[in-house]
Amino acid sequence: MMHFLATYGTQLISKTGQHLYISAAALALGVIVAVPLGILLTRMKHGANFVITLAGVLQTIPAMALLAIMIPIFGIGSTPAIVALFIYSLLPILRNTYLGMQGVSPTVRDAAKGMGMTWWQMMIQAEIPLAAPVIMAGIRLSATYVIAWATLASYIGAGGLGDFIFNGLNLYRSDLILGGSIPVILLALIVDYLLGKVETAVTPRQLR
Amino acid sequence: MLLSMEHLRKEYPNGKVAVDDFNLQVGRGEFIAFIGTSGSGKTTTMRMINRMLKQTSGTIKINDKDISKMDPVKLRRSIGYVIQNIGLMPHMTIQENIEMVPKLLGWSKEKRAEQAHKMIELAQLPDEMLKRYPGELSGGQQQRIGVVRALAADQEIILMDEPFGALDPITRESLQDLVKHLQEDLGKTFIFVTHDMDEALHLATKVVIMSQGKQVQVDTPENILRHPANEFVTNLIGEERLIRAQPNILSVSQIMLKNPVSITPDKTVDDAIDLMHDRRVDTLLVTDDDGTLQGYVDLEDINRITDAHTTVSDFTNRQVFFVKADSLIGDTVDRILKQGVKNVPVVDQDKHLVGIVTRTALVDIVYDALRGAPEADETPASPINADIHAAATHDEGGDSQQ
Ligand SMILES: Nc1ncnc2c1ncn2[C@@H]1O[C@H](COP(=O)(O)OP(=O)(O)O)[C@@H](O)[C@H]1O
Ligand SMILES: [Mg+2]
Repeated sequence: MMHFLATYGTQLISKTGQHLYISAAALALGVIVAVPLGILLTRMKHGANFVITLAGVLQTIPAMALLAIMIPIFGIGSTPAIVALFIYSLLPILRNTYLGMQGVSPTVRDAAKGMGMTWWQMMIQAEIPLAAPVIMAGIRLSATYVIAWATLASYIGAGGLGDFIFNGLNLYRSDLILGGSIPVILLALIVDYLLGKVETAVTPRQLR
Repeated sequence: MLLSMEHLRKEYPNGKVAVDDFNLQVGRGEFIAFIGTSGSGKTTTMRMINRMLKQTSGTIKINDKDISKMDPVKLRRSIGYVIQNIGLMPHMTIQENIEMVPKLLGWSKEKRAEQAHKMIELAQLPDEMLKRYPGELSGGQQQRIGVVRALAADQEIILMDEPFGALDPITRESLQDLVKHLQEDLGKTFIFVTHDMDEALHLATKVVIMSQGKQVQVDTPENILRHPANEFVTNLIGEERLIRAQPNILSVSQIMLKNPVSITPDKTVDDAIDLMHDRRVDTLLVTDDDGTLQGYVDLEDINRITDAHTTVSDFTNRQVFFVKADSLIGDTVDRILKQGVKNVPVVDQDKHLVGIVTRTALVDIVYDALRGAPEADETPASPINADIHAAATHDEGGDSQQ
């Protein structure tokens, strides 16, 4: 292991960096799109089921196929990988945002409006804080997915820890396979732990 | 007028007419209670006042300003709002909850904090509670906060939709005292929806009785008790409460039937049966020669006697419940209702029989009161009715509510 680190140490660090970058970018995009969309869905009478089903369908496309589809559109490199992973991240965040917002008691919403909050104030001061634990749980789940699937991004030239694994598979080198997969697992565990902390932090004391 | 509602109508998109031609003028410091069957449009009416709902037609004015021309958000900040399920923000401390509207209005942090301390004191809760979360308080404490939160920005009008419905009777009573204090001592104006008649009669200066989207009667609690507009109101109030509400100034002698059917103890069973048959009664009061009440005989007891020569004194039931002629109706009513007896003999100071109060006579009082209802006012009032009218004016808030 010391030998592996001595040989591939710097590479490992840069690949981990790439891996994190792709995952974080995809997840950030996912949050930016899916949270507002999920909120919007709760305001619509129709269409919510349709959109959530659609996101579900997108998620069932095999990862390799989705990545391959991206190449004619975005070429190769990290951009198509980020777009593909972003699509994967949508469903859990969308679904949890929708459920979380739906779960805010109508009484609270009624009281907030009746006391003279504007639409934005209701969102920012009442509904989103109350839905935050559920939304965070969705983000956390997406983060784990995205980190795992980012491994495949190597296949379309996006780099990341997947490079080690694919090389290892090609060269029958188990040290490279392990050298790539163990950091992926660790990364997923650490991110999950940290986001778990965030989830607790956004949960109001009384609701924990 | 502080609040004026004219020809309000609300038709929901599904065609349901929830409120129809609602009119009400509310002066400063009044306590208005809406009461009626479920689905009669109370909540709908109330929610039009703070524009949580938009009326189909009609106007609502506050201080002569048409609220439909006001910014709904500003309007709502100027009106207190308390709902049945309390509606405290579970993720905010009690202090943050109380400060909600002041914060929306842009008060400074110091002024807000000062107000929060004032409000928790008004709610008669310990100051330390400001740092707690709603989930750490009992239901009654939470609703206390709900009530003072609605006042925290000095709102003049407070809307309350069945605020105490879910609370136990003791907690409810103490919260009723709190809102009554806010109205009487701080001059706040309340619009209060309830389904509890006692609550409405106890708190309100004016009761609005609603049925199927229409106002059935709008009047003071005293007048509603004394002149219910129709059978719907009577049923809503309950007959017992109506009888009790009759002024205690009326004495038993004013409603008793004179010349009750009586018999002396020396008469025979045959005499008794003949008398019952003639007068079509099933009990006879037994009095001695100078008219002193001895007891009564009952048709059922007589039936068991085979010897026609037995005298009345042999089967007189001496355990008789009677009232004095100068005692007050209120007491008599209570006793008749509690004892479950049909008739009560009335005696004078020397226990001489002077009359009888029947259950029917009590019911008549109720219907006399009904006949005196506003739309029937052109018909001359009966003497009893006249008394009630007169009494109504100097018996404000009598013990009718207990
Ligand atoms: N959003 C709505 N759409 C259609 N009908 C409604 C709506 N809200 C209330 N209603 C109907 O309007 C009537 C009055 O309701 P409401 O004002 O809530 O009565 P209350 O508060 O006196 O029980 C009821 O028949 C109710 O079913
Ligand atoms: Mg209601």
